[in-house]
Amino acid sequence: MKAQNSALLQVTDAHVAYGKVEAVRAVNLEVRTDEIVTIIGANGAGKTTLLNAVMGILPLKGGVSFAGQDVSRIDIEDRVAAGLSLVPEHRELFATMNVEDNLLLGAFRIDKATAARSFEHVYNLFPRLKERREQLAGTLSGGEQQMLAMGRALMGAPKLLMLDEPSLGLAPIIVADIFRIVSELKAAGVSVLLVEQNAQAALKIADRAYVMELGEFILDGAASDIASNQRVVASYLGFQHEGESAI
Amino acid sequence: MNTTILLFLLQDGITNGAIYALLGLALVLVFAVTRVILIPQGEFITFGALTYASLSAGQMPGTIKLAVAMGVVAFAFDLFTFRKALHARRVLRSVAVNIVFPLAIWGVMWALGGRPGNIALNIVLSLLIVAAIGLYLYRIAFQPIAHTSVLVLLIASVGCHLALQGFGLVFFGAEGQRGPAISSDAITIGALRFTGQSIAVYGITIALIIGLWLFFGYTLYGKALRATAVNRLGARLVGIRTSLSGQIAFLLASVIGAISGILIVPITTLYYDTGFLIGLKGFIAAIIGGLVSYPLTATAAILVGCVEAFSSFYASNYKEVIVFTLILPVLVLRSLAAPAVEEEKD
Repeated sequence: MKAQNSALLQVTDAHVAYGKVEAVRAVNLEVRTDEIVTIIGANGAGKTTLLNAVMGILPLKGGVSFAGQDVSRIDIEDRVAAGLSLVPEHRELFATMNVEDNLLLGAFRIDKATAARSFEHVYNLFPRLKERREQLAGTLSGGEQQMLAMGRALMGAPKLLMLDEPSLGLAPIIVADIFRIVSELKAAGVSVLLVEQNAQAALKIADRAYVMELGEFILDGAASDIASNQRVVASYLGFQHEGESAI
Repeated sequence: MNTTILLFLLQDGITNGAIYALLGLALVLVFAVTRVILIPQGEFITFGALTYASLSAGQMPGTIKLAVAMGVVAFAFDLFTFRKALHARRVLRSVAVNIVFPLAIWGVMWALGGRPGNIALNIVLSLLIVAAIGLYLYRIAFQPIAHTSVLVLLIASVGCHLALQGFGLVFFGAEGQRGPAISSDAITIGALRFTGQSIAVYGITIALIIGLWLFFGYTLYGKALRATAVNRLGARLVGIRTSLSGQIAFLLASVIGAISGILIVPITTLYYDTGFLIGLKGFIAAIIGGLVSYPLTATAAILVGCVEAFSSFYASNYKEVIVFTLILPVLVLRSLAAPAVEEEKD
């Protein structure tokens, strides 16, 4: 492991509760620089809850440090300013505003020169968005909305992009496209924390993986090891004959 | 009825309607951004109008003391919020906004020493004072409870209205006041006589609407405000503070309210509680616009103004009743069109 691969995001002993029900228990999570980490698990395992709590949307008991700074007590907006960005499950786009304005607001916290570069970068990653830049976000297809949500998050030049179920409800061909772009982000210097039900696709592009069940991490390790783990294969990947396509 | 009366009533209705349109737009803006139904809008009108009238009469209005006092409280609130991370930049910004700004206005007024300055200066001072009050009102009363339900915000809003109305009575007394007209010229076109004041009402209303349209359509902060209105969580996720959007919305609403007051006070005598009734008519326009649509609100405001003008001609005793009855069919139609409205979860 190289020296620059230090922990970018470090979550220690995290508990998240809805009233008396603990949805996340004693979770330790680490994302290093230039790394794609995925959290896989069944519906209701607490993956989304964990991401929302790391972003500051839900209260979290435990430690969250990001880029060497304790961010566990600061507002969502300050976490954004620190370089943490979340693409939530429901995307939370500005539906009645056009694509370009959505992207522009993604760069709300950064200076104009960086924003101009971000526009170029995002339009290169998602040429489709450039074609649709005058269109209202609410009228885009599901896949385009997902691209816009990712593009908007990238406009702020984040250090870590947290993606919550980017493949949910999308056609397989678009899912493949989105995962390809996620793996390209790593090359562009953006670390990714990916929460997915589509474990197969996620494990293919990830460096490391955590498996979440009933609010706890039950397994973690290199993505390739997780992908060949008997229990994971049985629970999340299904039985497969050799040579069959993964997606 | 002959054509002259018809035209006269229409002219009257449109002049009032233009002011209701401004107020309605401010209400829609504040509700969309903060979910607050801004009942104290009426006090912004009164404070704007009577501060202007007092300044023109060479008196020191009590509203400036209120602005300074509210600024101090707002600063204390800021310090309490910052207590965990007391950055010098944040504190300095808070001092500038909450302490220096109102004291500077007071300083200018003190330097004028009760001499009635010119009309433009009085208008600017009145607007600044009311803007400061609006800004601090959000900071003190609404920002700490910004995440609560619409009902809680409404109750707080009613409380603010009552408190500010009480201050209005203390500062300006129970007697009505009038202020000097912006222009005393008049032109006659056919049977209609347009006073300089009514032309100022049209001109300023149109200028403000265009200004707001440019602000929301072409500036980053305008777009950020729209974004907060469309999707509060989405806005936070790109780093737009809900409190910043709320402050801008209240600032705009208080300035719009004060401008409306300053436009009306040369036409009608205003009492400490008149603003509430005027604000309510803007509210009716905003309700007809469903608290979301700006063009519908502006159109409805003109309608409210005209209905008011005609009913004051035909049945002046029932003028208010007829105007406020307008809201009933709209509410019935809206409730039929959308049977169940769920409160937004936040």
